Amino acid sequence: MAFIPHTPDDIARMLAAIGVQSIDDLFDEIPRELRAGTLGVPTALGEMELGRLMTERAAGDGRPLNFIGAGAYEHHIPAPVWAITTRGEFYSAYTPYQAEASQGTLQLIYEYQSMMCALTGMEVSNASLYDGASALAEACLMAVRANRAANSRRILVPRTVNPTYAQVAQSIAGNQGIVFEPVDFDRAAGRTLLAALEPYSGQDITALVVQQPNFFGCLEEVDRLTDWAHRNNILVIAVVNPISLALLKAPGEWGAPQAGIHGADIVCGEGQPLGVPLSAGGPYFGFMTTRMQYVRQMPGRIVGRTVDVDGRPGFSLTLQAREQHIRRSKATSNICTNQGLLVTAATIYMSLLGAAGLERVAAASMQRTADLTAALSRIAGIRPAFSAPRFHESVLILDRPVAPVLGALSRRGIFGGLDLTDRYPELGNALLICATETKMAADIDAYAGALADIMNPSRAAA
Amino acid sequence: MADLQAREPLIFELSRPGRGAVTQYPPRVAGSADIPAHLRRAASPALPEVSELQVVRHFTRLSQMNFSIDTHFYPLGSCTMKYNPKACNTFAMLPEFLGRHPLGPEPQGFMACMYELQEMLQEITGMQAVSLTPMAGAQGEFAGVAMIRAYHRAHNDLGRTEIIVPQAAHGTNPATAAMCGCTVKEIPCDANGDVDVDALKAAVGPATAGIMLTNPSTLGVFEHKITEVARIVHEAGGLLYYDGANLNAILGKVRPGDMGFDVIHMNLHKTFSTPHGGGGPGSGAVGVGARLRPFLPLPIVGKEGARFRWLTERDLPQSIGRLSGFMGNAGVNLRAYVYMRLLGREGMVRVAEFAALNANYLMKRLQAAGFEAAYPTRRASHEFIITLKRENKLYQITAMDVAKRLLDYGFHAPTTYFPLLVPECLLIEPTETETKEELDHFCDAMIAIRREMEQEPEKLSSAPHTMPVRRLDDVRAAKQLDLAWKPAA
Repeated sequence: MAFIPHTPDDIARMLAAIGVQSIDDLFDEIPRELRAGTLGVPTALGEMELGRLMTERAAGDGRPLNFIGAGAYEHHIPAPVWAITTRGEFYSAYTPYQAEASQGTLQLIYEYQSMMCALTGMEVSNASLYDGASALAEACLMAVRANRAANSRRILVPRTVNPTYAQVAQSIAGNQGIVFEPVDFDRAAGRTLLAALEPYSGQDITALVVQQPNFFGCLEEVDRLTDWAHRNNILVIAVVNPISLALLKAPGEWGAPQAGIHGADIVCGEGQPLGVPLSAGGPYFGFMTTRMQYVRQMPGRIVGRTVDVDGRPGFSLTLQAREQHIRRSKATSNICTNQGLLVTAATIYMSLLGAAGLERVAAASMQRTADLTAALSRIAGIRPAFSAPRFHESVLILDRPVAPVLGALSRRGIFGGLDLTDRYPELGNALLICATETKMAADIDAYAGALADIMNPSRAAA
Repeated sequence: MADLQAREPLIFELSRPGRGAVTQYPPRVAGSADIPAHLRRAASPALPEVSELQVVRHFTRLSQMNFSIDTHFYPLGSCTMKYNPKACNTFAMLPEFLGRHPLGPEPQGFMACMYELQEMLQEITGMQAVSLTPMAGAQGEFAGVAMIRAYHRAHNDLGRTEIIVPQAAHGTNPATAAMCGCTVKEIPCDANGDVDVDALKAAVGPATAGIMLTNPSTLGVFEHKITEVARIVHEAGGLLYYDGANLNAILGKVRPGDMGFDVIHMNLHKTFSTPHGGGGPGSGAVGVGARLRPFLPLPIVGKEGARFRWLTERDLPQSIGRLSGFMGNAGVNLRAYVYMRLLGREGMVRVAEFAALNANYLMKRLQAAGFEAAYPTRRASHEFIITLKRENKLYQITAMDVAKRLLDYGFHAPTTYFPLLVPECLLIEPTETETKEELDHFCDAMIAIRREMEQEPEKLSSAPHTMPVRRLDDVRAAKQLDLAWKPAA
């Protein structure tokens, strides 16, 4: 029987030791009338048969040439990352409650926290949250606890923030009476409209969310947004792409220092670009960093370095008084299991790439997206939507509905981007595209060629 | 004895300026010239500069400082540390699954697996519909309570904001209720470990949104009066939430839907053997009865003819919404799917049977060796509790001392000090994948530790002795916070 090692002799001796006749006797406390009949699930398959089924299903899904980003990004993943991450000692260990028998995982998380602090320019990091979207929800709840100057529970969420993140924040934090208010964007530039914030000046607002680069791939004026927020006693929640931080100003440096406040207050985002495969949407991991003054308001596990009884350095989970198993209904969050294995992958990824490698990945991704945007914009009926400087995504406006075009590309094995029509109807036929360092010049040519052919078949034939 | 790697410097201490794993870098391009100066990073982040071999060796050595299921018996109660079959990982990491962008056209092969997983979980729990979206047990709980709230709101029953939680409940239950904007009412358990029915009757009323219940409870026993509990809560207008974190003991034996529950979350990383990964990723799928179906979190896999598609807000306008940026921990769900197909119908029932056999055998053997079971007249479910309150009095030995000493004997410690209401407790869950020999070795270690308690108790109070570190100064960790390495100024 699958994964059960008991021999008939074992069973007989164990039943005798317990003092029952049969295994069924062990279930005699379950009322008869509640007993389940035979389950209507398929019978067992061997590994070989199931391997065949899984391989066929995977093959059917194919390996398209992908130009979709929108919060999940295809980067090169060095071979050591998952070779080590899937070692049983990481893969099949539990949360490191028994510190002495979990120093490997604990030290790794400490190193991860250090790297995330370095990237974001903040002082403390937690050991991860579920994903970028839920990390923003947790950041909003944290901001309510951290911002003692505000009572309103109103949080400003520019429309340039990933719309799914805003939805998730609403689903998770909405039950606690937090109100999310959208802030409009500059149609020409593709970034948050500073004038749209002015009506909120002097009002009781808990936090402003700033996504850099924003959902359109455009760079926000983070200094001006941060300064405006801090002038109005509003906390800044930064949502950032960790790869971009190799080149872009760290959130800890945003804005001008004033009254001892400098930079964003809470930084969060999606960790997936750091060595985690796309994998149809998960598992990814959310990260969160903040300033020391807010550490007790931060949700999730945190590892600290300390010493043992002999004075040797060691690592353990710390500040657990914030967490559900101690504080129960007064905890900062109900989160316990987070995304440890993905943090393992990300830590190995960041160690391999280092600052120099990450800078190259970021620069190459920017370059590829610039090349792709230029190539596609040369096609009749396509133009770039926004003028602001970009990182590694951009929005194109088509002269016709996007969905049929994407369908035609998909039939040629190309995922051409994300249709923004439903999310941003005011933009018209808008398409969000992305090219990372994984896209070669030939890939961009292939996309441009196919798209030209689909948009203008007669011209391409001629 | 355990034999772990003793020590490893921080990766930052291995770093030397100018070193790097350059094979992993993409070609150098101009690329970043378009970034305006005021948005540009001033100084490079302080990440390590190390070679590929250094990285491989460092993290391999760190891995060797861990206990894991693959290396050690791990009877951690309430955590279901069973074998994680390698096939689950291998098949989930097929390149087509791994390379798939979540926002592309709907991948029919992957979605077929997810659809069948939903169907299997529905059948196992006796529920009407399942969403695989929640990313861990706590998020599954959140989804469950949020649906209960949405249900009462939809019926314009706005005063129902109270969630009843038994004392023995996992800490996430009250924390979840609070996250959903509910207040928590705790009720006691009786001497047999069952819910105190009189206290429940007194607790329910027009403010009752629902009750969160684990069965078998965290005390390791099956709730005798479950049908009565269900009736009392339903008659008071509340709904029943089943914390199905650990279904190991009831798989194929009893179904929460048949017990009258309206909603359940399942930890696929426990019962369905997806890896714990040193603290996740998990997956906290939720199942619901007919009443809560319209409120399920999105997305869900639907089927039209032979084609699978993601159900969205258009299909379920009353949904509590989205809990993740994409579709939850998809790759974890894929591993659970593989596990369930390898087990099949017959294997699932065996899981419950052999989990119960191992737990009851281990409990009996430890009792015979002089240890006190917290609920000696009850059957163990998939786990059971030993209380060391007598040993604590006699030898000033704590549950923590025994836990730490077990590490020296090469066994991961059981769960300690949970549930909170049993003094000096060890919650022990052997799981079905352990051999009788392994259980016997564990008993031998416990017997040896018992002898040490009597003869040389300092061996316990100063344990562990063979780990990379001895007991850590947690007070210092919390007071002199050192949460990140910083480069020398």
